[in-house]
Amino acid sequence: MSTAVQALTDGWVVAQRNLIKIKRVPEVLVFVLISPIMFVLLFAFVFGGAIDPPGSVNYKEWLIAGIFAQTVVFGATFTGAGLAEDMQKGIIDRFRSLPMSGSAVLVGRTTSDVVYNILSLIIMALTGLLVGWRIREGIVDAILGFALLLLFAYAVSWVMAFVGMLVPSVEVINNASFIVIMPLTFVSNAFVPTESFDGVLRTIVEWNPVSTLTQSSRELFGNTGGFSPTDAWSMQNPVLYTLIWVAIILVVFAPLAVRQYRLTTSK
Amino acid sequence: MIRASGLTKSYKAVQALAGLDLAVPEGKVLALLGPNGAGKTTAVRCLTTLLKPDSGSATVAGIDVLADPAGARAKIGLSGQYAAVDEHLTGYENLVMVGRLYHLGKARAQARARELLERFDLTEAGDRPSKTYSGGMRRRLDLAGALVAEPPVLILDEPTTGLDVRSRQQMWDVIRELVASGATLLLTTQYLEEADRLADDIVVIDHGRAIAHGTADELKATTGGERIEVVLADVEDREAAVRTLAEVAVGDVRVSDNGRELSAAVSGRGAGHLLHVLQGFERDSVTVLDVGLRRPTLDDVFLSITGHAAEEAATTTGTDAPADTQEVAR
Repeated sequence: MSTAVQALTDGWVVAQRNLIKIKRVPEVLVFVLISPIMFVLLFAFVFGGAIDPPGSVNYKEWLIAGIFAQTVVFGATFTGAGLAEDMQKGIIDRFRSLPMSGSAVLVGRTTSDVVYNILSLIIMALTGLLVGWRIREGIVDAILGFALLLLFAYAVSWVMAFVGMLVPSVEVINNASFIVIMPLTFVSNAFVPTESFDGVLRTIVEWNPVSTLTQSSRELFGNTGGFSPTDAWSMQNPVLYTLIWVAIILVVFAPLAVRQYRLTTSK
Repeated sequence: MIRASGLTKSYKAVQALAGLDLAVPEGKVLALLGPNGAGKTTAVRCLTTLLKPDSGSATVAGIDVLADPAGARAKIGLSGQYAAVDEHLTGYENLVMVGRLYHLGKARAQARARELLERFDLTEAGDRPSKTYSGGMRRRLDLAGALVAEPPVLILDEPTTGLDVRSRQQMWDVIRELVASGATLLLTTQYLEEADRLADDIVVIDHGRAIAHGTADELKATTGGERIEVVLADVEDREAAVRTLAEVAVGDVRVSDNGRELSAAVSGRGAGHLLHVLQGFERDSVTVLDVGLRRPTLDDVFLSITGHAAEEAATTTGTDAPADTQEVAR
């Protein structure tokens, strides 16, 4: 078996192990599924009337894609927390003593978290439909939109996997990710239009991959109201720009995470 | 089957291994015996590729663990000090997962899991999450995990630490069965009785190096065979009693902190020496609460070789200078 194939098959075995936990501790799932519903309802009804997005689309419809983006990015915290928890458990000793791929624990964790993200996207989409969100482009585009969200979330979960092993404590990882992800998602066009930012802040928003992820989703779901926000290249080519970020994150953080896993487990 | 030479490993200021050598022939059981912090677990982690030693070399089943860690891992079944099982998974799921990570294939892994659950008396509990298991059941499940791929070499790190008496007995039975079926086994323990019962060969380890090596009997012989133990009725008689004991003692007469419990190793006919001691007590009017002849345990061995524990437990008086460490029957 080649190394890559083995990493994937071993990773899948570990992913199945993580998914069994959903069955045994369904409370975890409740938390994962409730917070997206809460976000959709909170932003739609609390800010729904106060913010006026560009174009003709109504705010709730425009907002949903932003909430999708924010929630899947926040979901990566789960990866970090899950790994941090694993590292404190005896099962890692078993994994380490097996002739399995060194990256399988990480591949497994990031893969099982894709399943979490799929579930939370389904829940959010349904909640969104209830409050007035609609898919206005073709179904193919919509599927591409969801796929891009999942792909970006997958990349970010490798970042959090790395962080999760640097600070092997579930509490610390939750706080650490909050510090990074909170500004990343709020200094973006997820909740307010790019135009409402000025100067340097606007440039940051335009080149923030969370913005382009949001913009891509709006375009693919057809929620832009026919309005292209600003002239920055990133905002004009949001899908391509987001994919470039996905590639960069994976190329940098996947090897870093694997290396950190080896370091952490060989002490 | 297992061979290590000159293993060293330091953590910052602490030297965990200071040039450890050991060898386990095929089908034999070696016990690595030592107190907490002696370097047992570090040695195990080096042999099982979990840790890179600072220097030295090790081979398992002919495979260099430093040059080919993955190859070595395929030959080793490891059961650690802390049961390495996933608490959310059932016993069965745990074993199937391990089997698949050994690349047995799904069907084979499933069959093997059922087989092992039965062998370790876990069939009934097999479909319950392992979180609900007792400590002994978890250890057995962990040991089953080590056996999934039928590795030729087994390494057990303190397999019974923290278990109650019954679970320990069960674990011993399981280990004895494994040995009977031809496994090569290295086990670490701080229980002298455990090494005595399970091992062909014992390496006593302290401060990261082997300080004695031999069979249980050879090690026991170093303390001079049997011991005479005396409990005095009156502490005033101590001097007279020590003097009498010293006449027959091999090495030092040990005196407990309260000054009333004495013991001395004797060689040859223990009963004859005991008689001599009792006659001496009669002559000096020494009254005793209890007196007896006892076979040496590995505790005695351990104390006499390491010295440090013995010094804490008793003050030594006697004719011979205390021996610090000794090499036995190498």
